[in-house]
Amino acid sequence: MLKAPYRLPHTQLVAATLLLAWGTAFSQSAQSLQVRSLAATCANCHGTDGKALPGEAMARLAGMPKDHLVSQMRAFREGKRPATVMHQIAKGYSDEQIDAIAAYFASAK
Amino acid sequence: MKRRELVRGLLAGGAFAALGGCATTGGAPASAKVVVVGGGYGGATAAKYVRLFSENSLDVVLIEPNRDFISCPISNLVVGGVRQMSEITSSYDGLRRRHGVRVVHDSVTAIDVQKKTVRLAGGAEIRYDKLVLSPGIDLMFGSVQGLQQAQADGRVLQAWKAGPETLALFKQIEAMRDGGVFALAIPEAPYRCPPGPYERASVVAAYLKKFKPRSKVLILDANQDVTSKGPLFKKAWADLYGGMLEYRGQHKAVAVDAKTLTVKFDVQDEVKADVLNVLPPMRAGALAVQTGLANANARWCQVHYQTFESTAAKDVHVLGDSIQVAPQMPKSGHMANSHAKVAAAAIVAELKGLEINARPMLTNTCYSFVSASEVVHVASVHEYVAAEKTFKPVAGSGGVSAARSEQEAIYAMAWARNIWADMLA
Repeated sequence: MLKAPYRLPHTQLVAATLLLAWGTAFSQSAQSLQVRSLAATCANCHGTDGKALPGEAMARLAGMPKDHLVSQMRAFREGKRPATVMHQIAKGYSDEQIDAIAAYFASAK
Repeated sequence: MKRRELVRGLLAGGAFAALGGCATTGGAPASAKVVVVGGGYGGATAAKYVRLFSENSLDVVLIEPNRDFISCPISNLVVGGVRQMSEITSSYDGLRRRHGVRVVHDSVTAIDVQKKTVRLAGGAEIRYDKLVLSPGIDLMFGSVQGLQQAQADGRVLQAWKAGPETLALFKQIEAMRDGGVFALAIPEAPYRCPPGPYERASVVAAYLKKFKPRSKVLILDANQDVTSKGPLFKKAWADLYGGMLEYRGQHKAVAVDAKTLTVKFDVQDEVKADVLNVLPPMRAGALAVQTGLANANARWCQVHYQTFESTAAKDVHVLGDSIQVAPQMPKSGHMANSHAKVAAAAIVAELKGLEINARPMLTNTCYSFVSASEVVHVASVHEYVAAEKTFKPVAGSGGVSAARSEQEAIYAMAWARNIWADMLA
């Protein structure tokens, strides 16, 4: 049994959302799960799905254009953008991983 | 309350309560796809991320005795008198209301890994398909003679699990005479939070410098030398607390005398203090030990690092400080949060029949206050190396702060509030 939807105004919406949840559950692939869990390695500081708390020092990654995120990670890695910690973290990720993470956050609302 | 209001209340407060029963009414279900035991950095994160990664399609029960989450990271600032308990305390309501995790406030008394059940102190038994165990650490009081009784009497505290003792230790320091000695004894590594004791000594020194400037801080370390961020801590101590804070390596505490507040060592001379904070050796939480999962030196839980599944029991995933660590993997809250996401993804993949990630990643960023306003960090990125079946730091990544700074104090608090939200909100 699915227990997905909360705070919904009435039962029809509950039913619709249940169907939607089924749909996404079926379409889930190993690939999308792996990208999502890779992006989750950023969430400790930058918020779940890149939604950092408003007003805090860390950048919100959700909705950031992909090219911008890729260029910033490269700048951190190459020491071109000054940082306290991100130059050390960025060096832990390959080009392919940065690409996948950036695409994930760009599509996050 | 009118019926219409009641219905509206249920819908607003969480349809989950109406659909599946609610922890606040005391109910634990008879079974769940995923049962998580322990609501700390590892367990709370795992509960939330199993829900997220499964698109809310797997039901998750989280069992945690405490009503609220109290964070160990940042708790040294309460010990140092610059933060309140309320600032390190968060609610489990977000897990319930936003993520549909069924939070049951109870203790697990036994796990049957054959029958795949957990038994609660309240009497209920829950059957699981997958169990996530994040039991934290146990303090091995028996390793230091007299410590158990001194602890029970409130004479020698640890405050190494954030909670009432955190504030009680601050009260002891606050009540200490000017000119008194605060002595902190550190066990041999590995223990929870490698830089934590040095941070505590630093923030207590900052407090004493301000309010009781004739006092002393003594660090009595069973290890040969500072185990984490050594040069950064030592520079801060020399610059900020010269003549006030003293570090002594190779001091392994073996006994305490609660009456005289004296700590004795295996080799070195005994030390008398006004406030004595003795941290004994640590091991995996009692439940893990009792379940037979602590199969590394009878202290830590061996896991298959790709999934964090126990090497001793199938479908039991162990997270956080209680595991036998991979090379250069610290026992930290951030790392437990990272473990939880790898485990959650593996659990969802397995239960959905998807391929398990061949190369999971972990990060760690650990901030330490060296005063009330200045911070240093250590950071690392770890990748799973399939050929060696372990996590290793990615070559060239990670490092420590160039120097202590106020800027990193801002990041440290932002880190805390973001990771608490990542676990619980």
